[in-house]
Amino acid sequence: MGMTSSQRLQETMQHREPDRVPYSLPANMHPARDMGLTIKEYFSRPEYVVEGQLRLRKKFGNDMLCCYPFAGLEIMAWGGEAVYFDQGPPNAGAPVIKRPEDILALEPPSVEENPALRGVLEATASLKAAVGDDIPIAGVIVSPFSLPIMQMGFEAYLDLIYERPELLERLLRINGEYCVAWAKAQIKAGASAIVYSDPASSPTILPREIVLRHGLPTARSIIARIGGGVMIHLASGRGKDLVDDIAETGAVGMSASAEEDLGQLKAACRGKLTLVGNLNALAMRRWTPQQAEAEVKRAIAQAGPGGGFVLSDNHGEIPFLVEDEVLMAMVEAVERWGRYPLDWVVVDGA
Amino acid sequence: MSNLETITRQLVEALLRLDSPGVGALLDGLRPLAGGGPSLDDVVVPALERIGRDWEEGRVSLSQVYMAGRICERAVERLLSPDRPVRGDRPKLGIAVLEDHHALGKRMVKSALRAAGYQLQDYGHGRRPQELVEMALRDQVDVLLISCLMLASALRVSEVVAGLQKAGSPIAVVVGGAPFRLEAQLWKEVGARAVGRNSAEAVAIVRSLAEREPWA
Ligand code: B12
Repeated sequence: MGMTSSQRLQETMQHREPDRVPYSLPANMHPARDMGLTIKEYFSRPEYVVEGQLRLRKKFGNDMLCCYPFAGLEIMAWGGEAVYFDQGPPNAGAPVIKRPEDILALEPPSVEENPALRGVLEATASLKAAVGDDIPIAGVIVSPFSLPIMQMGFEAYLDLIYERPELLERLLRINGEYCVAWAKAQIKAGASAIVYSDPASSPTILPREIVLRHGLPTARSIIARIGGGVMIHLASGRGKDLVDDIAETGAVGMSASAEEDLGQLKAACRGKLTLVGNLNALAMRRWTPQQAEAEVKRAIAQAGPGGGFVLSDNHGEIPFLVEDEVLMAMVEAVERWGRYPLDWVVVDGA
Repeated sequence: MSNLETITRQLVEALLRLDSPGVGALLDGLRPLAGGGPSLDDVVVPALERIGRDWEEGRVSLSQVYMAGRICERAVERLLSPDRPVRGDRPKLGIAVLEDHHALGKRMVKSALRAAGYQLQDYGHGRRPQELVEMALRDQVDVLLISCLMLASALRVSEVVAGLQKAGSPIAVVVGGAPFRLEAQLWKEVGARAVGRNSAEAVAIVRSLAEREPWA
């Protein structure tokens, strides 16, 4: 018998080679189409999401499942609303923090009593009941440092970062309370690890000094308080210059951007952080099955040797409009090229 | 190194330091727009373009591009007297965010164009394709700049292009935003006239369109 998905992921996270490269193709809206539902309907009921995740497992063999629906959910938790679309993920609607001074009176929402969040917890618990310990379920939080982009709008948030550091610190503390409670609740419901979505900490978005002053110290304290395995996701932003700093936060893994050389990133992360990535989610819509295979092969050659690698897209979400055929080609390519030992890979210098 | 190149480099450095007074002092030494000797336009636009390219190549971050645009926009507006139109009425520019509720891309493009002396009609965010077509036709803009963050929204630019074509309008649609940057062919697929991969590129695009179109 081969390994279970959980064993495979455990092994790669110990920087050892499992039976094959573990992968996750987070086509998290795709089941709506198969189930004859709109994206809005699909996310409206925990049982749909559970069924959808089981379908994804069956169809694509994902080594990791996830009940988190979309980032705009967080704004619903804070009293705002989500705006739905037919062909793609919902967006957060109008900001809930209208003026910087609103931060002075801001209180974090209670996680357990929040209807939006409760649905995710329910879905996680019933998915866990269905898959047991064999397939890990990822929980997700948008970090305290990235959440304000939705809470107040990006422009206002950048102005806050540069002009109102005291309010920024206060907001990070308030968001931190919420994020820790939200992550812990997902773990309690059955999530085995937390994806900490923090693109604001990518140098693509904010300069290294600011990330080192606010973003990563926040991550470090939140990760310590969550007390489970956490992977930092930069949502397709770059991260190479921060590898050592990210490793120091206590995170066990980080995302790999499609805009960076995966081989170089891997060299920097070896033995320290498991890399997750780096297929370009936005390009997939145009890929032929042959291109999909070539991309999978490239990523495995660059980051597979030695373990410490989970093949996935660069962003943590595959666009709704990517065809199943392309996803199937990726699955077949991992079967073909991802079996360890990766004898076909010519390691530099070997 | 030419005088112009030195001033541009100093301006880039001051912008990345967020040194507004330093930027103001550098720009005070220049004349507003065309004529003899280095003008505002000769250094502000190249400085923003350089910062934009540095962002694309991973050397500076988005917030620095945003702040640089903001500082330049303010500095230039302070220097140009309000009663003296900077440029002629053409090209007439409109800008909007299609479908999405995230306006930072639009804000940054506006800063870059305003720092280069252009005025824009702002059509807001979360706009439907048909709404945009109607507004652009009503105002008879020459160029409609569209910013998108989501792939699904970016794909709907084709409906704007089709709507304008159906009305027989020559309005040039120019697009930008994350999905266009991360998927290089997308702008062609949706029928846009041009794409900008950073906000400062909008200036060069509008200029090159102006050379080819009978607006002036
Ligand atoms: C930070 C970030 C987040 C943050 C905040 C996002 C936000 N603004 O609200 C968080 C974590 C909350 C997040 C969540 C989501 N995100 Co996000 N996120 C990003 C990231 C890293 C940066 C986005 C951003 O705001 N950039 C700032 C803007 C200003 O940058 P820009 O659009 O590139 O604009 C620059 C240029 O392109 C140019 N430009 C822009 N417009 C125009 C127009 C013209 C005419 C010209 C010339 C130039 C130009 O100028 C700007 C400066 O140079 C991108 C990936 C990336 N690498 O860019 C993904 C990205 C935007 N996210 C994406 C998605 C899908 C989402 C979610 C829907 C995920 C989900 N299922 O919930 C949510 C939606 C959130 C919401 N607000 O509702 C996708 C969108 C594409 C797609 N797949 O459809 C992206 C592209 C990731 C990817 N690689 O797929 N995200």
